Amino acid sequence: MGSLMSQPKSASMFDARILVPAIGGAFIKLNPRTMAKNPVMFVVAIVSALTTILFIKDLVTGAEGLGFSFQIILWLWFTVLFANFAEAVAEGRGKAQAESLRKTRTETQAKLLTSAEGREWKDVSGTSLKVNDVVLVEAGDIIPSDGEIIEGIASVNEAAITGESAPVIRESGGDRSAVTGGTQVLSDWIKVRITAAAGSTFIDRMIALVEGAERQKTPNEIALNILLAALTLIFVMATATIPAFASYAGGAIPIVVLVALFVTLIPTTIGALLSAIGIAGMDRLVRFNVLAMSGRAVEAAGDVDTLLLDKTGTITLGNRQATEFRPVRGVTAEQLADAAQLSSLADETPEGRSIVVLAKEKYGIRARDMTELNATFVPFTAQSRMSGVDFEGATIRKGAVDSVLKYLQSQSIAGGTGSEATIREGQAIADEIAKAGGTPLAVARDGRLLGIVHLKDIVKGGIRERFSELRKMGIRTVMITGDNPMTAAAIAAEAGVDDFLAQATPENKLQLIRDEQAKGKLVAMCGDGTNDAPALAQADVGVAMNTGTVAAREAGNMVDLDSDPTKLIEIVEIGKQLLMTRGSLTTFSIANDVAKYFAIIPAMFVTLYPGLDALNVMGLHSPQSAILSAIIFNALIIIALIPLALRGVAYKAIGAGPLLRRNLLIYGLGGLVVPFIGIKLIDMAIVALNLA
Amino acid sequence: METFLSSLRITVATMAICVGGYSAAVWAVGQAITPGTAEASIITKADGTVIGSRQVAQAFTQARYFWPRPSAVDYNSAGAGGSNKSPTSTDLTDRANETVAAYGATAENPLPAELAAASGAGLDPHITERAARYQVSRIAEARNIPADQLEKLISERAFAAGGMFTPEKIVNVLEMNLALDNVQTR
Amino acid sequence: MTQAILFVVFILAGTALLSWPLGRYMSWAMDPARGQGGANGFTAIFQAIGGSVTRRDQDWKRYVVSLLGFNLILFVVCFAILALQQVLPLNPDAKGAIDGSLNFNTTASFVANTNLQHYSGEVVMSYFSQLAALMWLQFVSAAVGLAVLTAVARGLAGRKLGNFFVDVQRATFLVLLPVAFVIAILLLLTGVPMTFNGSVVATTLEGVQQTIARGPVAAFVAIKQVGTNGGGFFGPNSTHPLENPSFWSNVVETIAIIIIPMACVWMFGRIIGRLKHAGVLFTVMLILMGARISASIGFEAVPTQAFTSLPITQDVGNLEGKELRFGASAGPLWAVVTTSTSNGSVNAMHDSLNPLTGMMPMIGMWLNEDFGGVGVGMVNMFLYIVVGVFIAGMMIGRTPEYLGWRVEAKEVKFAMLALLSHGFFILVGTAVFAVTPWGADTLNNVGPHGFSEILYEFSSAAANNGSGFEGLGDATTPWNIATGIVMLLARFIPIILPLAIVGSLSAKRRATESSGTLSVEDGTFAGMLTATVIIVGALTFFPAATLGPIAEHVMFMK
Repeated sequence: MGSLMSQPKSASMFDARILVPAIGGAFIKLNPRTMAKNPVMFVVAIVSALTTILFIKDLVTGAEGLGFSFQIILWLWFTVLFANFAEAVAEGRGKAQAESLRKTRTETQAKLLTSAEGREWKDVSGTSLKVNDVVLVEAGDIIPSDGEIIEGIASVNEAAITGESAPVIRESGGDRSAVTGGTQVLSDWIKVRITAAAGSTFIDRMIALVEGAERQKTPNEIALNILLAALTLIFVMATATIPAFASYAGGAIPIVVLVALFVTLIPTTIGALLSAIGIAGMDRLVRFNVLAMSGRAVEAAGDVDTLLLDKTGTITLGNRQATEFRPVRGVTAEQLADAAQLSSLADETPEGRSIVVLAKEKYGIRARDMTELNATFVPFTAQSRMSGVDFEGATIRKGAVDSVLKYLQSQSIAGGTGSEATIREGQAIADEIAKAGGTPLAVARDGRLLGIVHLKDIVKGGIRERFSELRKMGIRTVMITGDNPMTAAAIAAEAGVDDFLAQATPENKLQLIRDEQAKGKLVAMCGDGTNDAPALAQADVGVAMNTGTVAAREAGNMVDLDSDPTKLIEIVEIGKQLLMTRGSLTTFSIANDVAKYFAIIPAMFVTLYPGLDALNVMGLHSPQSAILSAIIFNALIIIALIPLALRGVAYKAIGAGPLLRRNLLIYGLGGLVVPFIGIKLIDMAIVALNLA
Repeated sequence: METFLSSLRITVATMAICVGGYSAAVWAVGQAITPGTAEASIITKADGTVIGSRQVAQAFTQARYFWPRPSAVDYNSAGAGGSNKSPTSTDLTDRANETVAAYGATAENPLPAELAAASGAGLDPHITERAARYQVSRIAEARNIPADQLEKLISERAFAAGGMFTPEKIVNVLEMNLALDNVQTR
Repeated sequence: MTQAILFVVFILAGTALLSWPLGRYMSWAMDPARGQGGANGFTAIFQAIGGSVTRRDQDWKRYVVSLLGFNLILFVVCFAILALQQVLPLNPDAKGAIDGSLNFNTTASFVANTNLQHYSGEVVMSYFSQLAALMWLQFVSAAVGLAVLTAVARGLAGRKLGNFFVDVQRATFLVLLPVAFVIAILLLLTGVPMTFNGSVVATTLEGVQQTIARGPVAAFVAIKQVGTNGGGFFGPNSTHPLENPSFWSNVVETIAIIIIPMACVWMFGRIIGRLKHAGVLFTVMLILMGARISASIGFEAVPTQAFTSLPITQDVGNLEGKELRFGASAGPLWAVVTTSTSNGSVNAMHDSLNPLTGMMPMIGMWLNEDFGGVGVGMVNMFLYIVVGVFIAGMMIGRTPEYLGWRVEAKEVKFAMLALLSHGFFILVGTAVFAVTPWGADTLNNVGPHGFSEILYEFSSAAANNGSGFEGLGDATTPWNIATGIVMLLARFIPIILPLAIVGSLSAKRRATESSGTLSVEDGTFAGMLTATVIIVGALTFFPAATLGPIAEHVMFMK
């Protein structure tokens, strides 16, 4: 992940470049129109404003106890500002990334072709391009907008979006035809049909996403906001009825004290941090070089029940490796290894190289120089499906078992020595290998079958543990592979996936997704080709590889800039973390109320019924110090929790039950206990500072 | 409209079965198996005049009778009720003061709390065994009978209302007083 | 004290055991569609009684409309009977018409399954009114609650909600009627009267006239308890020696109060096909109720404060307003049980409970879910589940789900609205009456206890409970109208909204459960739900409780 974007490590939460503007941002966000988006904090702002007006009135008329009121009001405003600050910090981190992206969006000139067939073009401004315009991009040109190559092939530097400086090949047709505006053609030329109008290109969307400008509330966020608004209403009732109750008892409660109780009771902690949590969640995904097209997609990722994972590259290393030489009767393993090695010396495929390595490791056969041997390499062709080497009258061939056998049969007609028995034996060995999930490779020398090389898919290290973690989280993994069912079953068993889809085609992939969804499951997958597009669109979470086609990118709801299919697992975890953070801080916020009640209620009513001092379980110094401590705690806890909101609650793959127990213990019980301690400490500080 | 029609049909059906059928059935069973209590355990003299209900307390103020617990409604069995005073109420203290005076309770001979506290309906027909014994000396004096006889009467009549669950035995005041009158006439 | 604890354990364990087979029977009776077939014959009868509307399944809106229409008829019929009782039969003591606001209040109260009584039965009601209006509503209003729970459970099971008119008849005829009949017989055996003869005028041994009111009590009291109604035949309810004549009648009545609410949990579990989940809910409810019972017994063992300065033995607890025949712990046990279940009958005067004991019934009514009213208690718990699941569900990193149904904005909105309305009725009602003569002039006690009387009355109305701090002079027009409105709204809002939630849930794609989804069958869920109930349900009332029972305790209990 050599991204231009700030790495998780470098993105310190306390970077002054983010914190300082955020302080200003906190004040700018006092704009009522901005505040209104957050019901809880908006209510706090309104009561703060009203209390301030009353205070000013009292100041003019000269009432008593103004110092205390002033402090309360000050902390009310701090509560609002701290909330705004949290949001500003979260946004600030996104803005820093947006800046670097925006630099790539410089004004470009485009060569607009007059006809798609010809090469005549006129210079136009990149921003004036419309969808379906065709432009010519030559070496050194910046691609003016997102599009699809309709002709030509070129190497493109996509560092602007992926951070990866190595050029990638883009060509017309196939699965690598998409180009992104802002990236640069390094060599050759291409004709590009524009697919995005100015202002709605990929980079524009990325900028909007990381800045949070397009941020819309997700379904879960809306639901949570409703819960918080309802809790706020409940506490409006609880506090608004107190003056009547107190009046029955023959007393009156100062407005400022009521406001203090109200603000501490309503869920300000989560209300203040809610949008920061959302922005930070998106941000974490961006740091993983994954772009989610909506917050909804991130939430859906947390809900995924079934993960469809491509075998190659995700579950296994991209390449097969030789693991064993299996000679037929009458041939020694060394002989087979020798022939296999010779035929592979010039074979630059990973499989070929792995045969050379194995021959050396197992039988000490050293690499030989082809020219010294005066050997000619016979390359692999689609027709023969074999490769090999001819030297000193000897012919060695290796390839798919059926092709080699067919070749031997043709040789035996010409007087070869491939006996029926040997061929049957070779076939048996090949079947055995296939059954074990390997790929058999037949080796023949001078028309005689020597044996079979066992090529094996190497399952990635640690992937098995990963899958068992996923299983604990209740996520089922399904391996998608083009292999035959036998091979697929063996690899699936080795990798520890729950299920597999062998001989996968776009059609049966789509069907699989539909079947899973019909069972009430949410499905995530990744894909890159145009033929993946329907499945990507059908899946609840579809991660398109950045190297993929425009169709695939449009169909998915996330794009992985690194084109690394393994990331699906991390995406799921990030989605879960986002919801967990919301839930945990909500729980913490609500649990806090118990302590706040015990701080403020006795302080409030002790003048009416002196005996109520018995409820002052924290032994707070005075009614004033108690109320002040509660409101200060309420404000400071927001600041204290900003890092947690931005970082997210630690995620552990331990299954729902233990996870809930853990979070309930930390944030539920913690939320119950922490404020008792915090309020007591603040009370002691207030007494020491003589504030009340 | 269909809703209302259905509602009405069900109203008629439920009223017929749950009010008519059910009440009649329970009444019939009551008359058959518990004819006495079904009519509220009314006690009549030989001449047919009603003395009261065994299940309902009646007022006793004369020294020669066992006294029941105080009643906030003066033993009105056609409009029963409790004091509904908080246990912290000074009204209760005032009322209990009168009771204490009536019994002549002293610090050496304190009144059992159950004789000071009014019952919920004001019609509690019972007092505890110890509350009965507390009154023995007064009754013995008023009736001029040996206290032993009264103690024996109490012991005979005291019962544990809930078996093992109620260690404190109780007696029915009206039954005791009926017995007292019988004792005297005998 | 040992006997007290033994008694409580005996009652609770016994009833819990009995509730299991009853729950099994109730799920058979209420939901015969689940392959048991046996009640199909009944279904045909109920469809014949109910008419053509009853033959089709209803969506949640139709179910609600039918329910409201039915209740409107109940209201009209009851109001008419009470207004015309002087010309109707079975009136041996020639009671006059019930008019105006008292009639409105009483009718609302019995339609809403509340049975808040601003009248004294033996004083104003004819036997016909007692039976045909009040006892009749004690059957059908409870049946409405049971029907709602059945519909909610069916919806959560992913099935059609059913038909209200059939469900309400199943509840009336197959559940309430047989159970009430059994209880009525037991009450007869334990000494409760059942007569249509009028009052008796006795001449006491001291020669004083005493009018002894009586009536068809056993039938009435049975359904009063079984249907979590609580409305007494006599004014002082089950403290009255003719309504609750013996220790064992008290045992029967206590069991009758909680048996159906307990069985409702099992019925719910059976219909949704999740008995283990029902077991967890049952445990949570039992713990919440058990905690209040223990606290009550403890607080009530403190002797009457008013007597401490007098030469009175103080070795027994507070006996003011209690009957001796029930034993020491029966009062506080009943006080909690009757308010846990929205029953509202009393066997001791709640007004005269020690301050903190008196708070326990109030907490029960504030929570209104641990066991709760017939059907509606479990439905109230469902509201807390929605909220609890929503918060906890997020903590495991998924969109919250309950039984595979996604809990989203709409569900949270409806659940919170229902819970919020409960607090609104109690707090705003109390506030208004605390500062106006409407409340202040009707108090029977001064200081914080007077405040508790107002708070209790609105809690009782909003929880559809019906018990009271009965010293309150609540038979006034303001009280009648205010609590009448509260009872009706507090009855139907928490019935309509859960049905709406189920309607909304069942329109969604149901997810399958896995080890990654929230388990609703373990101790963690139980703890989480308990915390939700306490924090969301009770904390709102902390200021009010402080100025009522807590202030009274700290100021006056030495």
